[in-house]
Amino acid sequence: MVMITIDSKEYEAIPGETVLDVAKRNNVFIPTLCHHPSVEPYSACRLCVVGVTQKGWTKVTASCSLLIKEGMEIKTSSPRIDRSRKILMELYLARCPESSELKEVASKLGVDSSRFKTYTEPNEKCILCGLCVNVCEQVMGVGAIGFANRGAAREVIPPFQEHSDVCTTCGACAFVCPTQCIDLSEISTQTPEPLLSDYDAGLAERKAVHIPFPQAIPNVPIIDKDACMYALNGTCKSCENFCEPEAILYDQEDEDININIGSVILSPGADVYEPPEGDSLGYGLYPNVLTSLEFERMLSASGPFQGHIKRLSDGEEPKKIAWLQCIGSRDESCDHKYCSSVCCMYSIKEAVIAKEHLPGLDTHIYFMDMRTFGKDFERYYERAEDEYGVVFRRSRVPRIEQNRETGELSVRYINDNGDVEIESYDMVVLAVGMQPCDTLPDLASIVNVNLNGYGFIEVDPYYNVETSRSGIYASGSATEPKDIPESVIEASAAAAIAARDIKDARGSEVTTKEYPRERDVSNEFPRTGVFLCHCGINIGGIIDIQKVKEYVQRLPYVALADDETFSCSQDSLERIKERINELGLNRIVVASCTPRTHEPLFQDTLREAGLNPHLFEMVNLRDQNSWVHRDNPVLATEKAKETVAMGVVRVNEMRAVSHEKFPVVQKALVIGGGISGMSSAIALSDQGFDVYLIEREEELGGLSRDVHLGIGDEDPQKLLEEMISKTTEHENISLYTGAILEDIDGYVGNYTSRISHEGTTETIEHGAVVVATGGEAYEPTEYSYEDSENIITQKEFEKDLASGKKYLGDLKEVVMIQCVGSRNDEHPYCSRICCSNAIKNAVRLKENNPDVSVYVLYRDIRTYGFKEDSLYRKARGKGVFFIKFDENEEPQVDLKKGKITVQTKDKILQRDMILNPDKLVLSVGVVPGENTALAQQLKVPLNSDGFYSEAHMKLRPVEFSADGIFLCGLAHSPRFMDEAIAQARAASSRAATILSKEYLETGGSVANIASRRCAGCKLCVNICPYDALDYDEEKRIVIVNEILCQGCGACAAICPSGTAQQNSFTKRQIMSMIDECIR
Amino acid sequence: MSEEKEKKNEDFEPKIVGFLCNWCSYAGADLAGTSRIQYPPNIRVIRVMCSGSVDSVYVNRALLEGADAVLIGGCHPGDCHYINGNYKARRKMVLLKNILTTLGMEPDRIWLRWISASEGQKFADTVKEIVNETKKLGPNPMKEKWNI
Repeated sequence: MVMITIDSKEYEAIPGETVLDVAKRNNVFIPTLCHHPSVEPYSACRLCVVGVTQKGWTKVTASCSLLIKEGMEIKTSSPRIDRSRKILMELYLARCPESSELKEVASKLGVDSSRFKTYTEPNEKCILCGLCVNVCEQVMGVGAIGFANRGAAREVIPPFQEHSDVCTTCGACAFVCPTQCIDLSEISTQTPEPLLSDYDAGLAERKAVHIPFPQAIPNVPIIDKDACMYALNGTCKSCENFCEPEAILYDQEDEDININIGSVILSPGADVYEPPEGDSLGYGLYPNVLTSLEFERMLSASGPFQGHIKRLSDGEEPKKIAWLQCIGSRDESCDHKYCSSVCCMYSIKEAVIAKEHLPGLDTHIYFMDMRTFGKDFERYYERAEDEYGVVFRRSRVPRIEQNRETGELSVRYINDNGDVEIESYDMVVLAVGMQPCDTLPDLASIVNVNLNGYGFIEVDPYYNVETSRSGIYASGSATEPKDIPESVIEASAAAAIAARDIKDARGSEVTTKEYPRERDVSNEFPRTGVFLCHCGINIGGIIDIQKVKEYVQRLPYVALADDETFSCSQDSLERIKERINELGLNRIVVASCTPRTHEPLFQDTLREAGLNPHLFEMVNLRDQNSWVHRDNPVLATEKAKETVAMGVVRVNEMRAVSHEKFPVVQKALVIGGGISGMSSAIALSDQGFDVYLIEREEELGGLSRDVHLGIGDEDPQKLLEEMISKTTEHENISLYTGAILEDIDGYVGNYTSRISHEGTTETIEHGAVVVATGGEAYEPTEYSYEDSENIITQKEFEKDLASGKKYLGDLKEVVMIQCVGSRNDEHPYCSRICCSNAIKNAVRLKENNPDVSVYVLYRDIRTYGFKEDSLYRKARGKGVFFIKFDENEEPQVDLKKGKITVQTKDKILQRDMILNPDKLVLSVGVVPGENTALAQQLKVPLNSDGFYSEAHMKLRPVEFSADGIFLCGLAHSPRFMDEAIAQARAASSRAATILSKEYLETGGSVANIASRRCAGCKLCVNICPYDALDYDEEKRIVIVNEILCQGCGACAAICPSGTAQQNSFTKRQIMSMIDECIR
Repeated sequence: MSEEKEKKNEDFEPKIVGFLCNWCSYAGADLAGTSRIQYPPNIRVIRVMCSGSVDSVYVNRALLEGADAVLIGGCHPGDCHYINGNYKARRKMVLLKNILTTLGMEPDRIWLRWISASEGQKFADTVKEIVNETKKLGPNPMKEKWNI
């Protein structure tokens, strides 16, 4: 170790280092333009000159190539040095006035303009720093460029000024160039290809070392071996020079790992359809034709343009955008006969968000059928049209043409009157569908499961997470295109069934960590230890940690302030533990990165040292300080001082929070004995839990008793029969038919319910509730339903079809009317199943009686997924007529002497039609059951249509926001049997997360109400979103149920007396933090 | 007088107190960091679990003590981790702004913004915007000694 002096301050240095190295490491500013850690010093820019005094002599020399010697005295600034730097800087600025890197260094030197003549030619931008030449030769080992000529004619060129054939277009030269004056296409014979980010749909570039997307787990960079120059030809290794913890492993290889497993879940997802480049839609040919995924990234605040919508051709904001639906869906030409299910909804969403981003934007959606069949989707569609002014046009667009001069795209479509019109757009978005992912065939052959005719994983028609091989399950869009809520539901369903297979092994591989007894610090004054982290140079390179440390040491109750290179490293954690024990510390502050990633790690360290984990505070010095204030080290250091002080005052007020354990009754109550209720009960009992199943009626089955035909060959009644016998015979299921839930009391893990059943009342205890109360079929009053026996509902017709009624063979003409009791003012939602049911019956009728004419009068045909092909396409192939009517011109039904006349206007042909069917079949929708009473008993919400409201449409589709209560089936929304079964299994899976625990732990940052100060005003009771606060009528105070409390702090904010407080976020703590930062 | 005041305004560095909810806005602020998006170092962040837990008293305290602006950052409508805490925050801040106006204080010093965990850029832009707008307003007069 050698000591040198820089600006009269002593620094340690390692022999072999240069003066610039030492200065950089210690955050001493020396300007430079030609220095790079991977390249040998070249001393070209001469900005890094310093004054060196040795043995009484002083000279000015470049610090980047000056090796240190013991006792060296360095001056980084003097009038002479500053003058020479400034004049050099002005010369550089004259050469390339636009370079941001130059401007940054210039502003630090106090140079804002140049007195010299400014160059404007682009090829004159080079400042001859030599970085590119040196990187190419020393680091990349190529040597494709070099210096030529002398004096004023000196320049960087490939040999003989010809395109080089040794250049690999790696881009290192362009990357290190401080003036961005290198154009690879002028150097290499090869065409450089940028590395494009998959996550940003190819709209942004990425590096060979990259984090694939912001939410990646683990969130660490990976090296793309197909692009890394070291992996490709053994050169570069530059990243190694920058990674201080030496975490880069170039020779890491894939390894085979053997694990023993009991069940497998396949969730590989699907691929996005890629429109062929240069076909009639011009994708890949016209820059302003985008796929919906590209547009989605463009809209995203974290996307390549930070959420700004712009045309790729010229960067202008578009004024008019069109979406074309069904690109790669419902299209035989690309062999995708199915509907991708999600595109209609996402296009509406994109149009709405685009309109929010760009007020005044015109958005037009071209579609065939608008398939907004999911829960609350129809309402979103209506709002997009009525409130946002999104224009919907029912026309398939075959062709896009681009105006060569303006770049405008013209779209040819057929308007409502049947005439061809042309409209121009600034941008066209292709709503691309899904296709099986390209690795699926390999995966399927490895795990030996069948794929279906569309190339997706084949699953059971009713148990739609079960593949052709037992023990192997599948979920999500790998089995059929589907949206997020359905994928999340299936994932939980697959988990439930996978857990069933391995239920005996539950918890057997878990090892519990032992902690020492917690030290009681409640009677001690705070003795606070502050640990400051340099995070390598991430924090220490910007923030002056020494200054922060000196400041913190003087704060009240601080017994120790220490700093570490990496606080999270194993030896630092050991040191924190040692210091806690040595110095008797009882409060800890770690000032480093963000609590969102590292708080649990440090809290665990506290526990290992015998401290309650809540006696801890983490201060964010990196993500919210050094990384975002790089240009302002002085103010960043001030901010660091204040934020650490805020952390200290908060931690000084921290109290230990104990976690109490409450036993869980490991039994479930399932309300409703339909397909959903039974599936849920079976799935729960198969996982080893006792289940109480109550059904209001005397018989199990619910609405499924009316389903007689499957979409394929499957028999729904056989399924029902099997399910009923399984339910009645299962030893873990206690079945109560003809039973009513009288009342329910308690909370997650501990409910007590009274059930009246066969004249007696029984009290049961359980830990979770599954609501599977189902729905009902709409009873029509329209279309003269009640006046003729030849006007029947689809349900009645299906029963006749299944039993092979004789009249079916004599039918000449049948008309089916869709959306009866759906998508109207009374029931503004889509019932999802009626289109497919009607077509299913139409196909069956046609198969039995090919001479019958079947007319389906519809608004939109919503046969999503494979039903598009297996039903809709099939029906059209069999000659079923589909006639579209307008929602404002519903068909008119007349009954004269038993003869039915249906009058309707075909919206596509613009023609009035009169039909005289023998049978008129009404496709009635699904309506919610009588849900209000139960919703009040359980204190769970209903939506405006009367179905139950889940906690989150996408993330928590089978849970209520109140812990411990779950929902599935038609109680949630209209759905098919397979979807209801998946949802029921999903609910059982979520319920099992509670039932599988013996105890639930309370605590954390929950509410705390001091009983002697509570005035019993009940403001907090009303504001609590989790019903976690109970008013004690006797004591007239409010009591916190710590199990239900999620720690949002709403009660603390509303309490007029400050009695309700949130643990670890008390008023006193936050007030003193405010005082501390403003002082 | 006005010229003098303007000059003073340009020079001063406003102090902003930010209450960021743990699930969205605090994460958004972290993302600004991981994306290295630069913004002025004027904000002091206090992490709270939910924007709905921000008591009006906190905002008052900050403004009375002399903070030049206060930011309350929550999840976007419909995305609150605690179901509806952000709506509670919105209701409270509307009311508080009204009350402050009647007391002769400047309601424009209170900022309520929805910033999701993926909106690092929006967080940085918000801080920049607050700094610029607050510079136009000038220092919080509550900072000065009261002349009674």
